[in-house]
Amino acid sequence: MGIDLFGSLPLVVIWLALGGVGIVIQAFVRDNTRLVFGYYISTLIATGVLAALTFGHTGLTFDGMVTMGGSGAFFDILFCVTGILTMLAARPYLQREDSEIDEFYTLLVSAVSGMMLMAHANNLVVLFVGVELMSISFYVMAGFFRKSIRSIEAALKYFLLGAFATGFLVYGMALVYGSTNALDYATITSVVRAGTTPFPMLLAAGVTLMAVGLCFKIAAFPFHQWAPDVYQGSPTVVSAFMSTAGKAAAFSAFIPAFTMLMPVGAGASYVMNMQLALAVIAAVTMLVGNISAVAQSNVKRMLAFSSVAHAGYLLMGIVSGTAAGHQAIVFYLTAYTFMQLGAFVIVSILERENDGHLEFSDYAGLSKTHPVLAFLMAMFMFSLAGIPPFAGFFGKYMLFIAAIDSGFTWLTIIAVVSSVISVYFYLGLVVKMYFSDPVGEGHATNPGTAALTLGVAAAFTVLLGVLPSVLQSMFTAFH
Amino acid sequence: MDMHVLLFALFAVGAVASAVLTVTRRNPVASAMSLVAHFFMLSGLYLTLEAQFVAAVQVLVYAGAIMVLVVFVVMLLNLGNEHRLQERSSLRSVMGTLIAALFAVQVIITLLAHPTGMNAMSPQALTIGTTESIGQTLFTTYLFPFEAVSLLLLAALIGSVILAKRHVK
Repeated sequence: MGIDLFGSLPLVVIWLALGGVGIVIQAFVRDNTRLVFGYYISTLIATGVLAALTFGHTGLTFDGMVTMGGSGAFFDILFCVTGILTMLAARPYLQREDSEIDEFYTLLVSAVSGMMLMAHANNLVVLFVGVELMSISFYVMAGFFRKSIRSIEAALKYFLLGAFATGFLVYGMALVYGSTNALDYATITSVVRAGTTPFPMLLAAGVTLMAVGLCFKIAAFPFHQWAPDVYQGSPTVVSAFMSTAGKAAAFSAFIPAFTMLMPVGAGASYVMNMQLALAVIAAVTMLVGNISAVAQSNVKRMLAFSSVAHAGYLLMGIVSGTAAGHQAIVFYLTAYTFMQLGAFVIVSILERENDGHLEFSDYAGLSKTHPVLAFLMAMFMFSLAGIPPFAGFFGKYMLFIAAIDSGFTWLTIIAVVSSVISVYFYLGLVVKMYFSDPVGEGHATNPGTAALTLGVAAAFTVLLGVLPSVLQSMFTAFH
Repeated sequence: MDMHVLLFALFAVGAVASAVLTVTRRNPVASAMSLVAHFFMLSGLYLTLEAQFVAAVQVLVYAGAIMVLVVFVVMLLNLGNEHRLQERSSLRSVMGTLIAALFAVQVIITLLAHPTGMNAMSPQALTIGTTESIGQTLFTTYLFPFEAVSLLLLAALIGSVILAKRHVK
C-alpha cells in the first residue's frame, strides 16, 4: 500500500472533519448555527493551510489514485478560499431570507471536498466520484430556498441535465477504459501517445463523450443552456459559489484529463480533430455567452451568461494544450473566481426578498445611494471586461498568447471580438450606476460579514492585476 | 450444444421478451413486474458469463431495492384509469419506432458483416468475477475511491433530507 500520509493530509482532514466530526456535532448540538458555521470555516482554513504546507510535496499517494501537492494543492487553496468567502457572504444573506439552516454549510464543505478530489484525481474512478460529490451538493444547494418556485426549478433542471451529462462522462470513461485497458492517467497517456490501442474508434468516441460531460460542467456551448436558469433561480450566494469554484473544479479536472487524452503530437489519430472541435466550441461559447448577455435585463442572468463566455476564454488554454496554456487557465481561473464572486456577492447584498432588486434598472444611481458598493461593482465589471490594471486583463492576455503560440490565431481574433462585445454590457451596468439618477428611495443595506468577502475579492482583483508575478512564480512547482 | 450456450440463449430470449412486455403492458403494475422479470433474466445472463458478483448485485439492487421503490411509487401515485395514460402525440411514437427500427437494422448489418461466433471463455473470467476478487481489489487498490463514495452517499443523504423534510426550522 503506497500511502504518503503527509501529502494526503488536506484530503484526509476535510473528510474526517466532515464525515467524522462535523456530522456528530450537528447530531448532538441543536440550534447552534454559530457553532456549525465556525466549525466549517475552521475546517476550510485548516484544509487550506495544510494544502499550502504540502504544496512543494509532489508525487502520488493511495496507490497512485491521487496526486499530492503541485497544482492539486494550489486548487485546494483556491477552493477553500472561495468556500470561506462564500460562507462569509452566505450567513447574512441566508439570515435575511430566513432560511439559514446548518446543512447549508455541510453541503458547501462536501462540495469543496468533491472539487478537491477532482483536482487531485489521477484515476478516472476518483475523477468520477469527485464530479458526483460536487454535483450532488450543488443540486441541493441550488434548491435551498424550498419555498421559492424559481429555486426549485433551478434545482430540478440542474439535477436532470446534470445526471444526463454524468451519463456522457461515465460512458466516455468506460470506452476509454475499454480501448486502453487502464484507468490511471499515466498508462492511458502512454497508450494514447504511442497510438497502440487496438480500438482507435472506441478511444476517439470515449474522448468525445468525456469532453461532452466536462463541457457541461463548465457550461460551454452547446451544453450551456442550464446555466442562466440555474444561476438565476438559485440563491445568489450559491450561484456565486457554483459559477466560480464549480467552474475552477471542472477546469482542474479538464486540464489533466486532456493533457492525457489529447497530448500534442500524439500517435492517436483523433487528436488534431479533437483540438479543432474544442477550438470551435470555445469560439462559439464566447460569442453566444457575450451576445446573449447583451440582451439581458436581469443582473443575475447577465452574470450567468458572462460566466458562459468565460468558459469559452478558458477553453482556449485547453485547446493550446501547452504548459503555458494550462498556466494561463490557472491564472485566469484565480482572477475570474475573485471578480465573479465579488460581483455576485454585491448582487446578493442589494437583493431583496422574492427576487426583488435584481433588474438593471434597480441599479440606476447606485453610486449615490451606495457609493462603496457601486465602486467595487464597477471594479469587478472592469476586471471581467478585461480592462487593465485589473486581474482579468492579465489572465486574458496570457490565454491569448498561449492560443497564438499554438497556431490558433483565428480563435484569438474571435476572443478579442467577443471581449469587445462584452465591454458593452459590463460598462452598461457601470454607466447605469454612475450616470443615472436613482429611482425611488434607496434602501438600507447591511452587508455584515459579506463586507470581508468583498474586501478580499477586491484586494485580489487588484493585486493579481498589478503584480501577476506573485501567482506566476507558483506555477514552476506544477510540472 | 454446450450447456452454457443453451442457458445464455434461454436467458437472452427471456430478457428480450420481458423487455417487450415492459413497454407494451398498459397496466403500470404489470409493466413494473415485467421489468422485475427482465432484471432477473439479465442477472441470469451475467451468471452464464461467470460474473457472479454482478449477478447478485443485479438481483439485490435492481430487482430488489429499486423495483420496490418503483412499485411503491406506482401505487402511491394512484394512477387510476390506465387509458388516460395513452400517448396522444403520435409523432413522438412514430419517431421512436423509426429510430428503434434504424438501430435494429444497424445492429443486424454489423452482426452480419462481422459474425462474432463463439469464443472460448478466458480462464481468467472464472476468478475475476467472484465476490472475493472484487472485494480484494476494492479494499486494496481502489480503497481511496471506495472511501470517497461513502462521503458521496453522506452528501446525498443530507441533501435528500433537507429537500424533503416538512419543517426544517
